[in-house]
Amino acid sequence: MAKTHVTTSINGEPQEFLCEPGDTLLDVLRNDLNMTGTKEGCGSGDCGACSVTLNGRLVCSCLVLGVEVEGAEVGTIEGVSSGDGLHVIQEKFLEHAALQCGICTPGIIVSTKALLEENPNPTEEEARYYLAGNLCRCTGYDKIIRAVMDSAETLRGGA
Amino acid sequence: MSEAQEFKYIGQRTVRPDGFDKVTGRAAYGADLTLPGMIWGKTLRSPHAHAKIRSIDISKAEAHPDVMAVATFKDFVTLQSESIAAGEGSADVLDLAKNCLADDKVLYHGHAIAAIAARTEQAAKDALSLIEVKYELLKPVMDVEDAMKEDAVVLHDDMFTAGYEEKPARASNIATRVEMKMGDVDAGFADADVIVEREFRTPTAHQGYIEPHACTVTYDEDGQSMIWCCTQGHFDVRTSTAKVLGMELSKLKVVASEIGGGFGGKTVIYQEPVALILSKKSGRPVKMVMDRDEVFIATGPTSAAKLKAKVGIKKDGTITAMQGWMAYEAGAFKGSPMMPGVMTMFTPYDCPNVLVEGFDVVVNKSKVAAYRAPGAPQAEYAAEMVINELAEKLGMDPIDLRLKNAAKEGTQTIYGPKLKKVGLVECLEAAKNSPHYQSALPEGQGRGLAAGFWFNVGGQSSVTVNMNTDGTGTIVEGSPDIGGSRASMQMMAAEVLQIEPKHLKPIIADTENLPYSQGTGGSRTTFATGMAVIEASEKVVAQVKERAAAVWNVTAEQVDYADGVVRNTAGEDSMTLAEVCKGAEKTGGQISGSANINARGAGPSFAVHICDVAVDQETGKVDVTRYTAIQDAGKAIHPGYVEGQLQGGAVQGIGWALNEEYIFNEDGVMENPGFLDYRIPLASDLPMIETIIVEVPNAFHPYGVRGVGESGIIPPLGAVGYAVGNAIDRKVEELPCSPPRVLALIQNG
Amino acid sequence: MAIVIFSSELQKLTGEEQTQVKAIVFKDIVAEIANQYPALEHDALMKMAVAIDGEIIHTPFLEKVAPDSEVHFLYRISGG
Ligand code: FES
Ligand code: FES
Repeated sequence: MAKTHVTTSINGEPQEFLCEPGDTLLDVLRNDLNMTGTKEGCGSGDCGACSVTLNGRLVCSCLVLGVEVEGAEVGTIEGVSSGDGLHVIQEKFLEHAALQCGICTPGIIVSTKALLEENPNPTEEEARYYLAGNLCRCTGYDKIIRAVMDSAETLRGGA
Repeated sequence: MSEAQEFKYIGQRTVRPDGFDKVTGRAAYGADLTLPGMIWGKTLRSPHAHAKIRSIDISKAEAHPDVMAVATFKDFVTLQSESIAAGEGSADVLDLAKNCLADDKVLYHGHAIAAIAARTEQAAKDALSLIEVKYELLKPVMDVEDAMKEDAVVLHDDMFTAGYEEKPARASNIATRVEMKMGDVDAGFADADVIVEREFRTPTAHQGYIEPHACTVTYDEDGQSMIWCCTQGHFDVRTSTAKVLGMELSKLKVVASEIGGGFGGKTVIYQEPVALILSKKSGRPVKMVMDRDEVFIATGPTSAAKLKAKVGIKKDGTITAMQGWMAYEAGAFKGSPMMPGVMTMFTPYDCPNVLVEGFDVVVNKSKVAAYRAPGAPQAEYAAEMVINELAEKLGMDPIDLRLKNAAKEGTQTIYGPKLKKVGLVECLEAAKNSPHYQSALPEGQGRGLAAGFWFNVGGQSSVTVNMNTDGTGTIVEGSPDIGGSRASMQMMAAEVLQIEPKHLKPIIADTENLPYSQGTGGSRTTFATGMAVIEASEKVVAQVKERAAAVWNVTAEQVDYADGVVRNTAGEDSMTLAEVCKGAEKTGGQISGSANINARGAGPSFAVHICDVAVDQETGKVDVTRYTAIQDAGKAIHPGYVEGQLQGGAVQGIGWALNEEYIFNEDGVMENPGFLDYRIPLASDLPMIETIIVEVPNAFHPYGVRGVGESGIIPPLGAVGYAVGNAIDRKVEELPCSPPRVLALIQNG
Repeated sequence: MAIVIFSSELQKLTGEEQTQVKAIVFKDIVAEIANQYPALEHDALMKMAVAIDGEIIHTPFLEKVAPDSEVHFLYRISGG
């Protein structure tokens, strides 16, 4: 089958790729662009390990087709930290020991960033519901939620 | 070791050494390796739960232009039944091979039959339909009760129950029967004022790691074959794979990638030998990654079990007799964790009269794999439910009842030795004094409490600490790091070397760079690999002292080492560790220390959990409203990751108790092989998980470590189960307490 | 002499709850009791773990046993 040529922007950098009509954005990122920071836990939209942003909106990249990102802005875990070090959320995840195996971590960090951009002052319950699409089997979520709340506070410039 | 050791680094909450890579997405997991020229493998799986394979025709597949290789059971070497060390204790190599690719029978829905390699994953998947398999359907045997019946359809006609004095005349689905006893239970029950006896059931549940099994392999005729995979034990992957393929160990290198969760489930091989066959046939590197539904249908769930518990007690709360019965599903091949179930069931209690009988039973489900404290959660669930009911009957506080009978140093266990110093009493007291237990139960809610016991294990670990010329070092270890163990290794080495942890870099070496190390499992890594790290680091210190002594013309005994500095006690001289390492070239070559140990003396870790729940009377939905996990760590090296183990174990147990179960249709086909319908806990389902770390040091470890990964999954089943019963005033026997089941209990009384 | 205490399962084969042996290394204990009780299989015993004075050892082949030690054979435990 003929491949489609797609022009897009990933983490602010222009990017072009060829993809099969059936390839998901997740396939493209991982297999064609070698951006393996985005993980696959299910391929069916149930685990959130593949979370990325598409024009600023949080999506499961396993549910988006590669051809759909033509002209779009894609944000992945690789773009969360800037050149001069880790993002506050990443630092807080490390400080709070909010990861064990770490396979869920890229997705959860991308989701947390999206949450805090939407709602800089979430309640614990709002954070738990926002992250309900991101499964973590190792931590029981306790330390993740603490890291999220602490990130929110720090980003708000609180104590 | 002394009870009150002073530590410089241990007990701190350092940032883990692999953390940066994991929060930035750089860490490479099982599916993240791509090799030049690599192609993809996919597995054809049985749509039937039980059938004879009449024929497999791969000719159409082989002829297809996209297909680069096809593998079936015929590609394995001819194997004899033989027991080999394979992750979870031992396994029969023939069973292992037949589980990787079916021989003449498929034994469960999802059983692998053949595999295809093609240029893309999709092409491989599409080509699977070209393989023609003819089946003769057999009746599936889906639960222990049916499997144990006299007239049951038998899965393996060469399996005769072991454990009876005389070999049975007929083949059976019961692989093993075991009975352990001490004292006289009949006399004990005769002494009792109150006896409670109940039957319980627990479902088939999955470890549920988020990362699917994955490997990338390359076969090399010259003997440099390589497997990159996510596993808890890459040395055991090498042993098992080499065995089924008839390879020499030195010709196969296994590299452990970062691993996205395992919990016991990544201790066995599935795709690895198949991928190597495909690589050999195609001459290309091959990647195989399971889809989520394959993970559910074809990899290790834990045993569903049927259990009975009977406990007798005097009015004053003294337990007089305890009796248990359990039948554990092994899945398609023998080897459920029934034995540890038998051994752990009543171990939290000091009772002279105990009798437990266990059965290991094969059924048409995928072969079970280890899952956190394998076998213990089911058995101890049954015991704890009955203990709680007795406390209620006597009007006694459930913690007081447990304190009165708690196992402690000197308690005789059913499995043989008397216990050494353990921390159950301390955990119970901590539970009693916890803010949670002291709080009033909110109106309409239920509260449950349960204890849990797990042995923990030691085993073989190899470690080398290599010092660099600037005084920094590399800790080379062989235990895959699933939950942050590299941080603990770093801290233990830092404690011995008396330099800051950040100057020591722990790495997980592949099978060619280090002698054999057993996998990560059984809560052995911080304990056993930690012991090897300590020993290897002590050798470094000894060398540093010798080198300095040689320079100063004194004996090593005259040299002191503290805070990263060697001092001459017979003079004024001193050198930093970095200076000694820098000058090592002139004093005998670079400095390193190795320890290849077989650790023993693992210390049991007891846990006690408290759970409050609210039940929606209309829907039967259960919400955990408050939860506290208390556990004896011996010594918490990194408290943050110890708490993480307690919380993670608790939440897996909560999931098992409330929602997780395999649902099969009447043909034995799993109907919920995805995270949507096999529902593991979400962030929005849970409260914070409060933790209390108790530290009763293990006398056999230099720092008192016990290992904390396992015990935390045991108490939730009883704590949650009892809390639900308490909230709705019913007796819960069957798990999970999913909405329909709870609603039925409410409605039917 | 070290005391070897048999589990209820092993008692089916030994007919006795315990015995005393004079060996100082584990492998010799196994040889000795396999000799004493023909129903006990040497190789099967060698595959078991052992607790010597309460310390569980999974591969005790050359393990030293003190004259007053208490020895129990048990099943090997692994874990998740
Ligand atoms: S991989 Fe996309 S949601 Fe799981
Ligand atoms: S840290 Fe392992 S799944 Fe979240």
